[in-house]
Amino acid sequence: MNRRRVVVTGLGVVAPNGVGVPAFWESCREGRSGIGPITILDPSPYPTRFGGEIKNYDPLNFFEKNEARKIDRFAQFALIACREAVQQAGLGEDVVRPVADRIGVVIGSGMGGFTTIESQHKRLMEHGPRRIYPFLIPMMIVNIAAGEVAIRHGFKGPNTSMVSACTTGNHCIGFGLRTIQYGDADAMIVGSSEAGITHISLAGFSIMRALSTRNDGPEKASRPFDRDRDGFVLSEGAGVIVLEELEFAKRRGTPILAEIIGYAANSDAHHITAPCPDGEGARSVMRLAVKDAGLQPSDIDYINAHGTSTQLNDKAETFAIKEVFGDHARKVKISSTKSVHGHLLGAGASVEAVATVCAIREGVVPPTINYTTADPDCDLDYTPNAKVAHQIRHAMSNAFGFGGHNGSVVFKKYEE
Amino acid sequence: MVTREEIFRRVQDIIIDRLNVKKDKITLDATFLDDLGADSLELTELVLAVEEEFSLKIPDEQIEQLTSVGKVVAFVESCLSASSG
Repeated sequence: MNRRRVVVTGLGVVAPNGVGVPAFWESCREGRSGIGPITILDPSPYPTRFGGEIKNYDPLNFFEKNEARKIDRFAQFALIACREAVQQAGLGEDVVRPVADRIGVVIGSGMGGFTTIESQHKRLMEHGPRRIYPFLIPMMIVNIAAGEVAIRHGFKGPNTSMVSACTTGNHCIGFGLRTIQYGDADAMIVGSSEAGITHISLAGFSIMRALSTRNDGPEKASRPFDRDRDGFVLSEGAGVIVLEELEFAKRRGTPILAEIIGYAANSDAHHITAPCPDGEGARSVMRLAVKDAGLQPSDIDYINAHGTSTQLNDKAETFAIKEVFGDHARKVKISSTKSVHGHLLGAGASVEAVATVCAIREGVVPPTINYTTADPDCDLDYTPNAKVAHQIRHAMSNAFGFGGHNGSVVFKKYEE
Repeated sequence: MVTREEIFRRVQDIIIDRLNVKKDKITLDATFLDDLGADSLELTELVLAVEEEFSLKIPDEQIEQLTSVGKVVAFVESCLSASSG
């Protein structure tokens, strides 16, 4: 089958280690942690009191006062990242039909407007149903970020949201890729956002013992593949990517940042939160993505791992990589940028896709920081603690989520 | 007793706080949907804010008739005089 080629023309990020791609990427590359104490709520009741917040975030730097009140924090992050990506792609804020009909949006979230749900639930309990904010429902629904993006930018093409926990981002990217390949759109704004540092989320992940409790060293807490890892670090933010059909991008004369050539999704069908111990789901999804890209495993030069810093994930992912890549598993560069920005839940895979594209463009593998003690179960080259210059022609980014969802995407250095 | 002017001023403040409009546009004659550019959700928001501000309850069937600033002011005035009288 002759598929339409799809390229990346815009990137946008809101992350704890940087708002805007230049700051975010510099921090990933130099291995400077964005993790710190939680300040947006009182974390004292919780065993974990740190996370990856968007520091000193003031919505009024980005939105009018009346606008900001009606948009949940998660959708604000999506809009800010989208503005950056769309600006870079030169799609502007004033696209008109018929072009507007051919530009769509797939922006998801793992959780949606939890900040709003919690504050309004409190009002409901304390003051009754008549004191609920009339914008509650449109503020909390997961799909509102995609809706808001379309409203603001005038994109009238296919518009939806994927919800698959920590795999959300890759599913959104994949859905957008397929939509363009299939010819249903010429450009897709894809990505995901999350504002998951809230009471209910902190309480919920804490009771599962999923979070690191390294309160005396927040910056050292996210340590994927290290023997002393003790859980993931809860972060927030958004990543947005502009995908375009190659000819559409060329006609517009916009700079091409990379090509996206592969995607696959599957399910563990195993357990609500634990990965298959032998990494079966992760293994097949990587194989499927490599095949979809028309490559052999040995063609992959860099893997941006899911690498959550939980005992189970990092071990299963390592095992899966060894199975898929064989001897090449010892040569391929691997890193988890979560060591720097923490785990953005539904937004994770999107910001990691941005990092992956930046890595390809610069020929630099960003490090896995906080790697100090080898784990016999995790014995590959995770690019410990310092970046490595490395020609990257093909790179894969993995995501695995609660519910057993797996998704992998493959990017390629753009060549005519 | 709260005067009509006082009610108008407080309603004006509520509107300025919630809609993107200049104070001089908020006259007694101004309609919420056409003149002040509110949508139906914003209208509900304003009604609830007025209820809270003046500690009164506006019945649902009344809400649809409160189409202008003047009508809201008059409604609040009648409620307050009824409760104080």
